Formats: sequence, structure tokens, C-alpha cells
Amino acid sequence: MTRTATVQLAAGPVRRSVASGPSRRAKAIALVGLLAALLLVWEGAKWLGGDPWRLHGSLLGIQIDYEHVPPLQWRIATDLALPHVWSIIGTFAEPAQRNGPILAQVLFGNALFTFGEALVGFAIGATLGLGLGIFFSQSRTAERAFVPYVVASQTVPIVAIAPLVVIFLPVGWLAVAIIAAYLTFFPVTMGALRGLRSADPRAVELMRSFASSPRQILWKLRLPAATPYLFASFRIAASASVVGAIIGELPSGIPYGLGSSILNFKQYYISGPEKLWATIIVAAMLGLVFVGLVRAAESWWSRGRYRGNGT
Amino acid sequence: MESWPLPGERDVNAGPAAPGPRSRRSSVVQVDHVGKTFGDGPDGLVALKDVDLAIEAGEFISLIGPSGCGKSTLLRLIGDLTTPSSGTVTVNGKSAREARLGREYGMVFQAPVLMDWRTVQKNVELPLELMGFDKAARETRARAMLDLVELGDFGQTHPWQLSGGMQQRVAIARALAFDPKLLLMDEPFGALDEMTRERMNLELMRIWRKTGTTIIFVTHSIPEAVFLSTRVVIMSARPGRITRIVDVDLPQPRTVETRELERYFEHVTTVREALRRHEGGDGGEGGPDPSEILQIRAEGLA
Repeated sequence: MTRTATVQLAAGPVRRSVASGPSRRAKAIALVGLLAALLLVWEGAKWLGGDPWRLHGSLLGIQIDYEHVPPLQWRIATDLALPHVWSIIGTFAEPAQRNGPILAQVLFGNALFTFGEALVGFAIGATLGLGLGIFFSQSRTAERAFVPYVVASQTVPIVAIAPLVVIFLPVGWLAVAIIAAYLTFFPVTMGALRGLRSADPRAVELMRSFASSPRQILWKLRLPAATPYLFASFRIAASASVVGAIIGELPSGIPYGLGSSILNFKQYYISGPEKLWATIIVAAMLGLVFVGLVRAAESWWSRGRYRGNGT
Repeated sequence: MESWPLPGERDVNAGPAAPGPRSRRSSVVQVDHVGKTFGDGPDGLVALKDVDLAIEAGEFISLIGPSGCGKSTLLRLIGDLTTPSSGTVTVNGKSAREARLGREYGMVFQAPVLMDWRTVQKNVELPLELMGFDKAARETRARAMLDLVELGDFGQTHPWQLSGGMQQRVAIARALAFDPKLLLMDEPFGALDEMTRERMNLELMRIWRKTGTTIIFVTHSIPEAVFLSTRVVIMSARPGRITRIVDVDLPQPRTVETRELERYFEHVTTVREALRRHEGGDGGEGGPDPSEILQIRAEGLA
């Protein structure tokens, strides 16, 4: 038993990358497959029940004149409801307004603004959530008394709270960040509470036998034991903070951010439905980027420290 | 007996300094009329009843007995991980609580209970860190301890990269890191295979000789108890009590040859018969009766 372990160690510490190599490739394949399937369903629906279209022109001297008339008529597959994928992609390169910069540039700037709000909201929410988690973990009484209210706070629709926050606070990115924090603190509170409680009771006894103070037990045992749970909750919180920031922007009337783009392009939907779709794609990508950053922070923080981390 | 002075001062909170020469020869642990009942009233389960035990400095004491005899409870009472319902536990003239707060105990459980996120070296440093030793002192001491358990080359690995026996050795190094007066071990090798266990027994004997620490050791294994101990405390269940104490006068140091001595087998037989005598009366071999199961549960809960 000891011998095999020695041999294994002599060959170098167990590398995580070896284990995560094929799984990362599998994930990439799954993602590409999912996107392809989505594309197929999307354009398939349009092919069967969308608006007719015509390809007319010449390519390498060959005249092309192709017209497609879908056999069915579905309201959800019209160009207004479901623009062609290529027109959504194409719209990124077109000016968002007459003589203005291209849409990609506008959306990038707005996404950056929203990201700033989401980041501040995430920081506030994560700090608050961690604080509450630590507080609740110290006393079952506190947990029983207050956790129901924390849960109740999340059953109030954020769209109902957002206008209030905007009224109470001066209009600006901070109000939006607070709204984002409202969505963020909850998963972190729950993750922290669960993680802090996950410490091995025998390890708590061990710490007691060393005459550790409650503070030492928290810092040296409970928090490190909670780290994997915390990062899992941070990932949920990261995407929630993007949603919170966008929803917060809607009633605030700030002329920046993806929220303002959504309001704007919704208003002019008839003249350019693909712009709203493009904004949705950018919002989704922003969420993915944020979650990816949290993931990167997690693997940096727990490099080699936890058994099989980053699951 | 070689002492292991710490590189640095003992924590100021550690209470009064080590007892003077007067108390050198008196008992380190004094258990007087100790009883422990789990639960209240007539439904309470009596885990221990009227236990008396005196342990002297440098002894190696094994507690052995059937499941539910309260041997782990007795160990936990000495270590102040639970409190007695009646009677007193005195350690170096202090209460068990004062002794725990004075950091006089090193503990080793059946599971190594190492912290995954710390390297082996940092795991051994943990108690020193809690006691406020500076980095250099911690590192020197932890390295010495890892050398003692012959894991000097594994300081920078993580616990989950080691085998069970190696992990338990790290736990022993950690327990000894702050030079405790008393080492309490609760079935430390119970989860190991027989061969690893025998090797660990030899290791422990070597460490005990080198450090001179008083050790109290809970075990299920008769040969292990006889091989390691200067005295074997035999306990029986319902209610948990001490039925006999066997002096093991096998020569020191104990080595591989010890297990082949005639005297060794005689002691094993003595302990086995002492255990059987108190098992015979009630229930016997017909599997554990319900009250025993309850008692084990209660012990696990505490």
C-alpha cells in the first residue's frame, strides 16, 4: 500500500491537467454540437415555415437565381419573430444608427458598462453573502431566525424592487450595482452556510484539542473547507449579477449598458429585430465570460490544494 | 528519556509552567469515581460507571474492551472532548479543561483528519501556527517531526497523495509537534491492514522511546495492546467499567522479537481470558443485543 504510493509520488505529484484533458475536449465538442443543433432547429424552422427568400446574383460568372418558398407558414418563424442567423451575425457589422458606429462596437461598450455594474454588485453581494453565511454558521438560532427572511427576499420579484431602489438612490451605476447585489448575495449566503458547515466534525474536535479560538476554527478550518462550495456559489452569483445589472438598468433610464440597448432595440423592433437578438447574444456572452473568470479564479486559488478540484 | 524542547517559548496562555520536580513521579492522569451517562433520567445510557485510574508519567496505557464498554468515552473524558456526569479527571494537577486549554494533549483519531488543502508539512505546522510560533520555528519543528515519523521527503505533498498508513503517521507527527505532555490515541491503526498495523506499532514504540510522552491508547486488538503497553486496562460493558489492569512486564525496547517471546503469548492469553470472563454472563456470542447498539450510537453522537 505504502509502496505503491511511494512509486506514484516518485513519478511526480498527481497532475490535474492529465485528468481534465479529455474532459475539456469533450466539453468543447458538446458545446459545438449544441450550437450546431440550435442552428439546425432555428434555420430548419425557417426553412419549413418562415418567409420566402431569394438568392439572386452571379458567382464566378455563373448566374444564380434561387428562390425558396417554405411549404408552411408559422408566425413564430417569420423574419420579424425569428430573423435568419446570418442576418443576426451580419447586423453586428452594420451601423446601429444612421452614420453611427457599428453595432458590435456599441454593444461592446455597453456590455463593458454593464460588466462594471455587475462586478461591483457581485463584490457587494458576495461580501454580504459571505458575512451572513459566517453569521448564520455560528449559531443555529440565528440561522433559524433569519434564513427564512433571506429566502423570502428572493421570492420578491426583482423587477418590483428595481424601480424602488432607483427611486431611493441617486440614478446611476451604483443603484444598478445594488440591484445586482440583491440577486448575488443569496446564493453566496447559502453556499457559504453549507460550506462552513461541511467541515469534518472530527477536525473541529481536533481544533478544540489544540485549544483553538472560534476565530481560529473559522479561519483555519471552516473557511478553507468551505472554499469549493463558495466558488460554486460565486459561479451562480456571477451570472445572476449580470441579470441583476441588466434588469436594474431598465427602470434607471441610464443611456448606457445592455439594458438600455434592450429597451432601445425593443422599441424599434419592427425596423430591426436582429438587433435585439444580437443584444441577447452579447448579454449571454457577458454572463459566460464572467462565469469563466470566476472559474479561472477558482482554479488559480485552489491549484493543487484540493483533491480533484474544478469539478 | 530524551526531551524535545520547542524552538521558542511556550504560549503565555498555556497556564502555569510544567509541574516542578516534586510532582515528577506522581500521576499525570488521575481519574476518580468517574461516571458518564448519555441522556437524562431513567432512560439515560450509562456509558461509564465509577471508574478509577491513575497513570504515571512515561507510561503507555492501552484501553481495551468490547464495543460499548466506554473506552473511547474514557479517552474523550481525559481529553476534555466531553465532560463527566460524576467524578473528576485531573491532569498534572489541573482539571481536564485547564489541561486542554493549556495544550497538554496531542490527539490521534482513527481517521487521520488531515486538511486536504494543506501540504503535509503545513498540516504538522497547524498546532504550532495556532499557538503563535513564528514561521522559522514552525518549519524547523515540523521538519523534525516528519523526520521522526520517517516522512521527511513528503513535506510538500498533499495528504490525499499518501497511503493510509502514511497519513496516520502525519497525524502522529502533528500530535507530537507541540510536545504535548500526553498523547491520546483512539484506535489510530484500526483502519489499517494487518501488516501496516504491525509496522506502525513498531514505529510508535520507537517514537514513544524517543519522546518519552505518556500515551493512552484505545484499541480493539489484544496483540496490539500487549505489544505496546506497559499496562493494559481491561474494560467491560453495561455499565462501562474497568474490570482488570494487566501489568505487561515485557522487556523494553519492544521489537519484532518481542512478539515471539513466551511471556508475550502468556500476556495475550491473560488479557483474552480477562475479556472473555466478563463477556460470558450476558448475551455472550449471540451478536450484539439492542442495548449495546444503542450504547454505541450514543457514544458516536457525543
